[in-house]
Amino acid sequence: MSSRPELQAPPEIFYDDVEARKYTSSSRIVGIQAELSERALELLALPDDGIPRLLLDIGCGSGLSGETISENGHQWIGLDISRSMLDVALERETDGDLILGDMGQGLGLRPGLIDGAISISAVQWLCNADKSCHEPRLRLKAFFGSLYRCLGRGARAVFQLYPENNAQRELILSFAMRAGFAGGVVIDYPHSSKKRKEYLVLTCGPPSLSTATPRAKGEDGSSCSDDESSGDEENQTVCISDRHRPRKKQKLTKKGKTRAWVLKKKEKMRSKGNVVPPDSKYTARKRKAHF
Amino acid sequence: MRLLTHNMLSSNIKGVINGFPLRIEAERVVEKQVDFNPDFLKNMFSKIDWKALADASKIMGYPELPDELPDSSLLDSDEFLHKFHHALLELHLEEGALVCPETGRRFPVNKGIPNMLLHEDEV
Ligand SMILES: C[S@@+](CC[C@H](N)C(=O)[O-])C[C@H]1O[C@@H](n2cnc3c(N)ncnc32)[C@H](O)[C@@H]1O
Repeated sequence: MSSRPELQAPPEIFYDDVEARKYTSSSRIVGIQAELSERALELLALPDDGIPRLLLDIGCGSGLSGETISENGHQWIGLDISRSMLDVALERETDGDLILGDMGQGLGLRPGLIDGAISISAVQWLCNADKSCHEPRLRLKAFFGSLYRCLGRGARAVFQLYPENNAQRELILSFAMRAGFAGGVVIDYPHSSKKRKEYLVLTCGPPSLSTATPRAKGEDGSSCSDDESSGDEENQTVCISDRHRPRKKQKLTKKGKTRAWVLKKKEKMRSKGNVVPPDSKYTARKRKAHF
Repeated sequence: MRLLTHNMLSSNIKGVINGFPLRIEAERVVEKQVDFNPDFLKNMFSKIDWKALADASKIMGYPELPDELPDSSLLDSDEFLHKFHHALLELHLEEGALVCPETGRRFPVNKGIPNMLLHEDEV
């Protein structure tokens, strides 16, 4: 059984009245959405001149992310495919304008006028074919192409997303690049399974200083003590091509921890004076099931 | 939906070349007060399609904007900025429709939300 909502039903079915209400009545979800939106706005790197900008919220849902935009003083237009989610946004009296629309059909917006776009946990939905007429590649192309056109030169788009696997991440990124965007993936807290969050940061226009991918959080070892690669600033952003992390080659234990990780952890516990069993060839091996 | 958004939206139907501006059918218009921010207005002024805004504002029952694109020196006038502000941000199309200028396709607006979902054969 998968817990990924994308695999259960199309978004306009999954996010029905019941789910939409659950969404905003759960303080856990509200908190997470606010945190993700705050970080996405930060990565948008709008000029710090106090002038309110006009932003898009793609997959705006119940307007939790939009509220973060409003709190930061900006105007926004939200697009979502689920009427139930938008109805909750109406009830919450969010400040932005709401549009019922499907990003996979392309955004119908005049060119070059929008100052930036954010999207929280929505774009991975495009990778599914929910109807016989859906071709994910065409939908990704329509979406990124239209987004590129409606943004102003140098404007950014930041997508927080949960790709299902590397292939999906690469697919999404490749269509963004094909549309003309520059940028990459920022992974905050890459070593923490709970806090790990992934953002696609795109800039409209040719690569320049402003298109350099921003730095990720939690890569400096301060919050994840089992991190080796601290120090070098260049290394703080984990980029898209996850090839540097040979997942398959490493032996994973049940919880997905590698032998190297376990050895390091044990060493650390030892240095704290804890009693730790000696290392052996069995260390970090998966236990056989007993009957 | 405010006229700010109307001024950005265009018809996205396959084959349509000029889908802007969408014609407004206004059944119900409401006004909601928004904080006045001259910086935002000045920033938006150069992006707004003036004629579309002035026409839309008229249809929504507020014929106070000049028909022709005003000189940007008007941005120093408080009176002008307040009218611009009211038209752009405080008038909401609550019930009605947006109509594609090329094909006549109606996009209904309910409770302030335009339904821009396309049919399969329009994509
Ligand atoms: C995880 S929710 C995000 C909620 C939102 N940020 C909020 O504050 O409530 C993802 C949203 O993406 C929307 N979505 C999924 N596919 C979409 C599509 N093709 N076009 C527009 N919105 C879509 C869903 O309807 C859902 O509301």
